[in-house]
Amino acid sequence: MSVTPPIPVSIIGGYLGAGKTTLVNQLLRSAGSARLAVLVNDFGELSVDAALIASRDGNLLQLAGGCVCCSFGSDLMSALQQMRELQPRPAQILVETSGVARPDAVARTLGLVPGLRLDAVLVLADAEAVRERAADRYVGELVRQQLAAADIVLLNKCDRVGSAQIDALHRWLSEVAGAARIVACTRAEVHAALLCGGVDAAAARARRALSALPGGIAPRLQASGAAELFDSLSLEFAHAVQVQRLAEALAAPPLQLLRAKGLMRDADGRPHVLHVVGRRAGWEPAPQGPAARGRLVCIALRGQLQADRIRAALAACAA
Amino acid sequence: MSPITIFQARRILTMAPSRPLATHVAVRDGRILGAGALEELSGWGPYRLETRLADKVLMPGLVEGHSHLMEGAFWRFVYCGWFDRRDPNGRVWPGAKTLAEVLERLRAAQATLPDPAQPLAGWGFDPIYFDNRRCVREDLDRVSTTRPVGMIHASGHIINCNSAALAAAGWLRSGIDHPGVPLGDDGLPTGEMKGPEAMMPVAGALGMDRGALAGDEAGLRLFSRLCVRAGVTTATDLASPLPDEALPMLRRVTGGDDFPTRIVPLLRLTGAPEPTIRRAAALQGQGSDRLRLGRVKIVADGSIQGFSARLRWPGYYNGAPNGLWYIAPEQLQQALALALQHGVQVHVHTNGDEATDAVLDGMEQALHAHPRPDHRFTLQHCQLADAAQFRRMKALGLCVNLFANHHYYWGDEHYRLTVGPERATRMNACATALAAGVPLAIHSDAPITPLAPLFTAWCAVHRLTASGRTLGEHERIGVADALRAITLGAAWTLKLDGEIGSIECGKRADFCVLDDDPLAVPAMQLKDLPVWGVVQDGRIFAAAELPTD
Repeated sequence: MSVTPPIPVSIIGGYLGAGKTTLVNQLLRSAGSARLAVLVNDFGELSVDAALIASRDGNLLQLAGGCVCCSFGSDLMSALQQMRELQPRPAQILVETSGVARPDAVARTLGLVPGLRLDAVLVLADAEAVRERAADRYVGELVRQQLAAADIVLLNKCDRVGSAQIDALHRWLSEVAGAARIVACTRAEVHAALLCGGVDAAAARARRALSALPGGIAPRLQASGAAELFDSLSLEFAHAVQVQRLAEALAAPPLQLLRAKGLMRDADGRPHVLHVVGRRAGWEPAPQGPAARGRLVCIALRGQLQADRIRAALAACAA
Repeated sequence: MSPITIFQARRILTMAPSRPLATHVAVRDGRILGAGALEELSGWGPYRLETRLADKVLMPGLVEGHSHLMEGAFWRFVYCGWFDRRDPNGRVWPGAKTLAEVLERLRAAQATLPDPAQPLAGWGFDPIYFDNRRCVREDLDRVSTTRPVGMIHASGHIINCNSAALAAAGWLRSGIDHPGVPLGDDGLPTGEMKGPEAMMPVAGALGMDRGALAGDEAGLRLFSRLCVRAGVTTATDLASPLPDEALPMLRRVTGGDDFPTRIVPLLRLTGAPEPTIRRAAALQGQGSDRLRLGRVKIVADGSIQGFSARLRWPGYYNGAPNGLWYIAPEQLQQALALALQHGVQVHVHTNGDEATDAVLDGMEQALHAHPRPDHRFTLQHCQLADAAQFRRMKALGLCVNLFANHHYYWGDEHYRLTVGPERATRMNACATALAAGVPLAIHSDAPITPLAPLFTAWCAVHRLTASGRTLGEHERIGVADALRAITLGAAWTLKLDGEIGSIECGKRADFCVLDDDPLAVPAMQLKDLPVWGVVQDGRIFAAAELPTD
């Protein structure tokens, strides 16, 4: 029996004004031929180049290149079902939540639709406004809950605050958002690979390797200007792995990894795919293939990649 | 010149301050020439004396300021509620007092369905009265193992369903991890689906999803029959997505000579405010006398009994975490400002007092930016508002439409569980609203509770709960005030008080026709006062002569 891998779904959360729509607009512009399905509350503030729209059918925009954009209004469940039944199958689904949604609740909703896998919860924070919002009488608690649900916090609009303030925000976020990784950015410019399971442009070889993995779409994503912000590490190995243990080790706070993806065999020789996004660790059986060597690709913020500790973790998790 | 009809009645409560009582009312072109004595009215010229209502008491046609057309469509499903309820055909369905009775009723309805795969849906289910005996899928499997069977709760927030419905929704499987889908010992869902995400796929399998029920012509006609039986001549649909394709149907049906109700659908705001506000402004010219378009409904928070309402300190009595925002307060304020700017009237659903505060704050800001006298933006439900909030409503020119019926159906739960005795006592504080000078309406939220404004008035007058407790003695209002709230009060919140809500020259000939005088019968009998029917736009609709099916 062949294993149809579940479609990875990333949730893009964050309070009103944090930059979610900016991020989605950029993503749609730069997605090229990657088969992304982007779910938004409504098309209201979306700015998709008219030339890019191949067709429109009700709540579904078909973009040139293969991306689709779907507005779900108040019925995310139906939209997710609809995406699951699309032909060709989307390689990745991104859900832009409403500004008052709790990403953890959206994540639980995903769990109700078979054939999907939660890839990551990314929560945007407006560097200028987030602390004030987090103390707001009406929405403070909600803003803190949103941040606490993040695997990666995208600290946006960093050009509008000084470096001392950014340092202070990092310290504050590490309390509010616990073990979530924090990526600073401006105009919501982050490498698409961070959102969609790839690695940075500098690791072309690693990306080619990655593209052979189920669901790997990174090579078709055009690099954005933010690519140079990341370092990556690509490893090949012959030994079997305790998959869950390795995934959890890679997601642990000390390594500060943003993403990791791997294909490897467990002690019984069964192939598995491993995903790590920020603090979230995941793994699942992969289709049977020739007994290739194991591969692991990791990315972290520039200057934060701890190659020795990653190698040590891999060695420690040998089966 | 169009013909004049003079209606003769035993008594006419005009609710017009200058002439509160009359015996005759003259009507031409569906509008009132005057109310008074026959000899006064005969001066308008030749007339036909209509004596069918000569032994009846007339009052202004009742106005339901917060209902949903869906109540009509629901009657195609099986009524499973604990309380007696009258259907559009006038048949009273006795309350089902045990789960066994509910199941028996579903089995009886099933006998009329030839196709063993056809879904069977019920509504109004209320197991809080069944000594906490939960309904599980095995119970409903005893109704059928072949067809999807399910019931939506009276609150509208939960569906119970059988195994076939779960299977049709793809949920008869293990490994589901969601707070809205409780699992049994076997690891499979128990069939109790809580909240919109969990309910939606099952509702689809049962043929009762909201999308399918909106814009439903047969449902609209059933709804209008309920209105006639309740003495209602104007009713809101609060709120509707109002898809463009539904408008021609709404215009055609409401415009028919046989259609007895003025319908006021409010457009529901979803997503970014601007497109909705602009669409509502554009809809303002597209209605008719019996279809009033161009208003917007915003939902700020959830429900108190579902613990999704936003409460101020000290929060829920049982310690439940605070509820949900359905719109960001900034976006709410933006919507209010845009609506003021474009002359679009807005009604905002709030249940918790924190959500009410957010509207008051947002309104204050929005009014600074876009002052608009007499905007009559209205807080809907607004159940937990305290006296200071009512005073702020008055200062900001807001109206309120309180959920008087809620007290009867859920007051005991609020006392015991959700907000505790002190705040349960002040919920839906009609007397405080009137004392503060806030224009007041009261409502049913049908189908959540029955469409019956005289019952709603009774609830506001007595504040009795289902168990018989008087909850909030000091918030009771008098019968005259309650009758005003279900006529002129509700009309005011819709900016229709110049056209409807009282019986006086120039207004629409909309009357509620009663067998007796609501001001003369003992106040405890207000809810039981027989409604003979209505006169709407000068046309007589007797409840007993309505079409049935």
